[in-house]
Amino acid sequence: MKRMVDLVEQAPTTIVERTTEQLVALQSPEALERTTEPLKPLALVGQTRGVPTGLALKCPECKQILFERECNKNQKVCPRCHYHFRLRAHERIELLVDADSFTEYDADLVSVDPLNFVSASQVYAQKLAQEREKVGLNDAVVIGHARIEGKSLILAVMDFHFIGGSMGSVVGEKITRAVEQALSRRIPLLVASASGGARMQEGLYSLMQMAKTAAALAQLREAGIPYFSLLTDPTTGGVTASFAMLGDVILAEPGGLICFAGPRVIEQFMHAKLPAGTASAEFLLEHGLIDMIVPRHELRATLGRLLRFYS
Amino acid sequence: MEPIKCDLDFEQPLEELAERIRVLCEEGGALENPGRIQEATEELHTRLQEIYANLTTWQTVQVARHKDRPRADDYLRLICDDFMELHGDRVFGDDAALIGGLAIFDQQTVLFLAHQKGRGTKDQQFRNFGMPHPEGYRKAYRLMEMAGRFKFPVICLVDTPGAFPGLEDEERGQSEAIAANLALMARLPVPIIAVVIGEGGSGGALAISVADRLLMLEHSIYTVAAPEAAASILWRDSAFAPDAARAMRISARELLSTGIIDGIVPEPVGGAHRAPTLMADHLQVALKEHLHVLKQLSPPELLERRYQKFRAIGRFACLG
Repeated sequence: MKRMVDLVEQAPTTIVERTTEQLVALQSPEALERTTEPLKPLALVGQTRGVPTGLALKCPECKQILFERECNKNQKVCPRCHYHFRLRAHERIELLVDADSFTEYDADLVSVDPLNFVSASQVYAQKLAQEREKVGLNDAVVIGHARIEGKSLILAVMDFHFIGGSMGSVVGEKITRAVEQALSRRIPLLVASASGGARMQEGLYSLMQMAKTAAALAQLREAGIPYFSLLTDPTTGGVTASFAMLGDVILAEPGGLICFAGPRVIEQFMHAKLPAGTASAEFLLEHGLIDMIVPRHELRATLGRLLRFYS
Repeated sequence: MEPIKCDLDFEQPLEELAERIRVLCEEGGALENPGRIQEATEELHTRLQEIYANLTTWQTVQVARHKDRPRADDYLRLICDDFMELHGDRVFGDDAALIGGLAIFDQQTVLFLAHQKGRGTKDQQFRNFGMPHPEGYRKAYRLMEMAGRFKFPVICLVDTPGAFPGLEDEERGQSEAIAANLALMARLPVPIIAVVIGEGGSGGALAISVADRLLMLEHSIYTVAAPEAAASILWRDSAFAPDAARAMRISARELLSTGIIDGIVPEPVGGAHRAPTLMADHLQVALKEHLHVLKQLSPPELLERRYQKFRAIGRFACLG
């Protein structure tokens, strides 16, 4: 499956994300009238037939209209073309770990806007407050302890919905704490990446998180503790060029955008349109840069096998 | 006497004075008008000093990117002896944008790594404007690993707009190359000093600046993203690069107050490009001082302190 994705530094505004969020808010027939144009026909169909409203969304890959329910039952993978929708951190955790095995750490860390950053389009401090409210997370990563097929591990799962999964002080600190937990307990670490790169609003603090997380992982490596890196759509920039590409085993979901510079930047420098599928997970596998591509529904089982290999 | 140029826009107020000096020199030079030339030169010096003591962030960017700003090879020629360049990553190629080699510095063998931007169109193209490919970072990796085995300290001169964002670079694993360097440097059991001599361009700079001491020349910059890129995303127009530069606080002076960098190497009045030899002196002195201190530490102590240095970078709070 080949796909070119335009990377946006802010929270995603593809039609899928907008409509899913709007749909989540829909509770009443009155609310139905506020749906966006493409959704109306299906939602109304459900309503007029007197059955519970089937909330609908559009697959960005095959353009089919899907019922949200069938998509959710399929782990948010399009049942027609297998396009892997982006997940919230808690959704990803639920899909990966044994039931009720996840204990979250350090949920309360928040950024303090160290540069008092203000741009033409936003005030960073306000943006943080808005995102916390909207996304329900304090920053773009959730960390904790869990079990997969009975084996203990430390988990860090990023969430692209929070300011584009960008890495600032909090993401860097939490990833580092996750590594240090794995180190002190001597259990494996899994990091699921999803990021637009380093968070510009925190300046050099953000860039240095690349070094901080890499330094922690280097210690983990010396201690002989395994680190599995899962690359999800999208994984880009400073995150790719630091902890994401340091896994002992690197897995990726199919079709994800995984790159350093991003297609738009490359096109600018090369003065040429890129072939379809550039900087996709498949592209990386072909060029020897990752160990495997794993469809979402096989992830838990694959991780279970890895954990058994390394135990 | 060398003609004084005032070619940056914020130096324009001094152009008249500089012109007057040039004319006096042409008319008869030091023999005819010694007093007046001396007086004018001193005045120019004072006014330059005032301007350069109060550069805005964007003015600093302009100085950091100045076409005559000394390059890494200028410093290597002046601060160390017997520099022998080593080539290749042993896998794919030799990157002219990132050079490395051995030299005698302060009576010991040191590995030098440096971004090389090039001078003049042809050389700049050959050097890819100091924007390394994965093979440049892999050359740095193999040389640093070797330096670790032979206990050679490592000194890195950082000056790059960033790692090159080409399609072939993605194919050859630009991100993996940078990540590998970060991890290696974090655990390298020899003193590492990195100095930003011009532009510290994001990850492409960081890949050779995970160090015990991170220094910056007085009028250099270190960015998480180029101001033009940040402006096009957060101001929706790259013309706002000066605003982005200021907001991200990318100048050496601003960064010193964050605690992320360990020191600033003062530049001659009017910037390094006005007195490269004097600048090299300042740089050599600073490097020797820091190297001397670092050499007192045992490797485990060195590694622990380096880890804690990076561990402490970041600003956050706990809610509730």
